[in-house]
This record gives sequence, C-alpha cells and structure tokens, in this order.
Amino acid sequence: MTNAIDIETKAVDAEVVKAVERPIMSAKNVDVFYGKKQAIDNVSLDIPENQITALIGPSGCGKSTFLRCFNRMNDTIDSCKVSGKIEFSGQDIYSPKVDVVALRARIGMVFQKANPFPKSIFENVAYGPRIHDLAKSKDELDDIVVTSLKRAGLYDEVSDRLDDPGTSLSGGQQQRLCIARAIAVDPQIILMDEPCSALDPIATAIIEDLMDSMKRHYTIVIVTHSMAQAARISQKTAFFHLGKVIEYGETDKMFTTPDNELTQNYISGRIG
Amino acid sequence: MVDKHIVSAFNNDLNQIDSLVLEMGGLVEQQLQNATLALQKEDRALAKQVMQGDSRINALEAELNDVAIKVLALRQPVAVDLRMVVMSLKIARHLERIGDYIKNTARRTNTIAKAGAFTGSIDTLVRMSELVQKLTHDALNAYSNRDADAAQIVRDSDKHVDHMNNSLVRELLTYMMEDAGNIGGAMHLIFIAKNIERMGDHVADIANETIYLVNGSWPDDKREKEDNTSKMILDIDSLNADI
Repeated sequence: MTNAIDIETKAVDAEVVKAVERPIMSAKNVDVFYGKKQAIDNVSLDIPENQITALIGPSGCGKSTFLRCFNRMNDTIDSCKVSGKIEFSGQDIYSPKVDVVALRARIGMVFQKANPFPKSIFENVAYGPRIHDLAKSKDELDDIVVTSLKRAGLYDEVSDRLDDPGTSLSGGQQQRLCIARAIAVDPQIILMDEPCSALDPIATAIIEDLMDSMKRHYTIVIVTHSMAQAARISQKTAFFHLGKVIEYGETDKMFTTPDNELTQNYISGRIG
Repeated sequence: MVDKHIVSAFNNDLNQIDSLVLEMGGLVEQQLQNATLALQKEDRALAKQVMQGDSRINALEAELNDVAIKVLALRQPVAVDLRMVVMSLKIARHLERIGDYIKNTARRTNTIAKAGAFTGSIDTLVRMSELVQKLTHDALNAYSNRDADAAQIVRDSDKHVDHMNNSLVRELLTYMMEDAGNIGGAMHLIFIAKNIERMGDHVADIANETIYLVNGSWPDDKREKEDNTSKMILDIDSLNADI
C-alpha cells in the first residue's frame, strides 16, 4: 500500500474522532485510492443531521474525494477504489444492494460551476421528480417545482419567466437553480463542492444565507477553500491534510482554539 | 516575534501590535519607577515629568487600537492570531489604566511633600511599587515569550501587593486616629496605596489574558484577591486587635 501520509502530521486516529449526536451519515476507516495513489487514509467522520459540515484543507488534501464518497460519485472513475464503511441512516451505501441512482436522489450534489441543463428553468427543476416518478399529476409537479425554487430562494426572481432557458440566468441564479434541482427530488443530504468559488460576494452571500435557512430541512456538507466561508456558515468543520482528518469539531472552537498545531497553521495562513 | 505566515505583511502587522504592547509596557515600567522615585525624594520636577509622560502611553494605545482594528478588518485573523489581536487590545487598555494611576500618584507627590513626613509609610509604598514594577516586567516578558507558566506566577503574586496594601492602610488609619493633623497626608498616601493596589490588579489581568492567548482557555481557578481594606473597622481598638 502506498502511504503518502507524513506521520509528522499527527493526524487523529480514526477511533479518536468523536462521534456526533444524531449522525445521519457515518464514515468509518475509509481509504480511497486512485490507482496506487492513496487519496484518503483511514478517515472516520460522523455527519450530524440538519447541520452544515465544512470540509477544509489545502488543494489535493482529499476533501473533494471524500465528499464524493458520500453519494458514490467516485464510482464513475475507473481507477478509484473505496474501502471502509459509509453508512447513511444506518445503511451501508457501498452495499451491492444499493440502487446508486436512488442514493443520489437522497444525497444530492451541487458543483463548483453551475451546470444547468440546456432546458427551461421549469424543466431543469422538473427533470429529477419526473425521472424518479415523484409527481402523480401535472399540478403536483408544478407544486414541486415552485416549492423547490422557493426553497432555493430563486422563485421571486424567475416566477414570470419559468420557460426561459436556465442558461439565461446569472451565475449566482444558475447555482441556485442547481440547488433547486437537487432539492426537487427530496434529498436528505446536499453535498456542495465549492459552490461559491465562481460567484461574486453578493451572489455568495445569497447562497450562504440560503444554506443557513436550508439546514432546517436538509443536512449540508460543503467543501470550501474559503476558511472565512467555513467559519461563517458551518457548525462543524473537518480539516483534511494529506488524505487524513487532522481535526474535526465545532467550527467556533476550531477557528478560535484549534487543538492541532497543523490546523492552526493552515487556518491562520502559515501553510498553503 | 510572530512569523511564518505566507503573507509577510500579515506578520508585519502582528509584529507591530506586539511591539506597541511592549513599548507601552516599557514606558509604564519607566513611569512607575520615576513616580516612585519622585515620591521618595519629594522631587516635584520628576513628578511633573511623569504627569506629562502619560500622554505618550495614551497615544501608543490609540495607535495600537488603529492597527488592531485594521488587522481585524483586513486580515480576518483566526486561532492564535485572533486571540493575540483581541488580547493585545485588552492588555493595552490595562497598561493605559496603569498609566493613569501612575499619573495620579505623581500628582499627589507635591501635596505629600507639603503635608510632612510619613517616612515609614512611604518606604512601604516604595516596596509595593517595586513589587508591582517587577510583576509588570514579568507579565510583559510572559506576554512577549508566550509563556503561560510565567504568567501564572504573576497572577498568583498579586496577593502580596494586597497584603502590603492592607497593612499600610491599617497603619495610616492608626496615624489618623492618633492625630487629626495626620489626616491630610495619610489620606493621600492611602489613595496612592490604592492606586498601586489597582495597578497590581491590572497586571494580574494582563497575566490572565496572556494565559488565554497561549492556552486558548482561561484559568479554571478564581484569582486570589486579598485586599480587605473595604472591611476595616474604623476604631482604634479593632485596628489594634487586627494587628
């Protein structure tokens, strides 16, 4: 096994990572390899329900790889091998019995760059409920679309032009359309991989405000390069370095009195 | 010395804050030494110099406030950097207050010189002042070296200042009861003793804040305070009984 991990990082042992109350998602001893290169090394992490958990760390530390384990997005990469156990509501998501399409409806994802379908605003949101057969009638589908757009904070801005192409919206609006699209299939968890990195500060603030209100209905896990964003929006933060979780805990504690020197050096801008 | 940030300008800002705290501390030590000497030698010129010197401490605090606010706004410090900026603001406030007590002490020198001799009491005041000077020096060293253990020693030592204040106030009350003519001078000495006792409290707070800066948590135990002058009974029998 290729062990790219420097033991000097003093990473927390998998067993040491404290369990959170009411975890909706639980990773135990997860390893991820891209071919022979190990990207994630023995990571254990509980994701609390109805909270925002931020994954931070330098480029290449494995945080996006780990995020993609949560809805098996890594299955699409041939060289990627995931081992260990990831449970969603007590069920092993890597069990052969799991329907991956259904899993990804329960655990939605929003990416760095907004990627609306080349369809109307309405159809972008209606697409998921339609293929998952969630609406029994046209009225019910309309209702899902409107509710999803409202929850994504976009409805008021687009209610009079639902037939316009999704790509005609601004960058921030497109990202909220993607959030509405994820919400429309009634997920429990929404994974966000740097959702604001291509947005200006106003659009970022709108998304952050939206995330704060969304956590009443959903559990959110976000990968962000912005430490300030992690501090602003999350309740829990995990710091990744060289494929290991170095520190995991309450966000306010991590940004005032981190336990690990490596965490402190990273969040205070002493290492890149 | 704060270093190792990727953005060297951030290092410079934090180092500037450190320098300002230590410059203020150095001035406070010097001012207290001069005020004590002026009291001891009845040196009115030196006392005047001390009173004028306080404005420099105030100016340094204002400068530190400006730099710290700029760092908070522009650098968004976190973890130890955040604790350092916030604690430096608090420590600077304590040093400024100590400066005010020193100025008030210097202001009373002229009056005491007119009021007559209390040689023994002034000697006790000088010893109190020397102890506070040492504690100030040690507290600032602990801050500069980020040494929580050294700060803890300072924090524990303030009770000795309280003890000296208790015995001095008792002694001066006795003088006042023995002869009403002593009241004027003794009153001023009690005020000076109170000034020095309060300086000790501020130094203990600086030590407390240094511990928080270093450890990220406040000391669990409550600091021992042994100033009982507020409970002293003002009659000669009880004063004699306490001795």
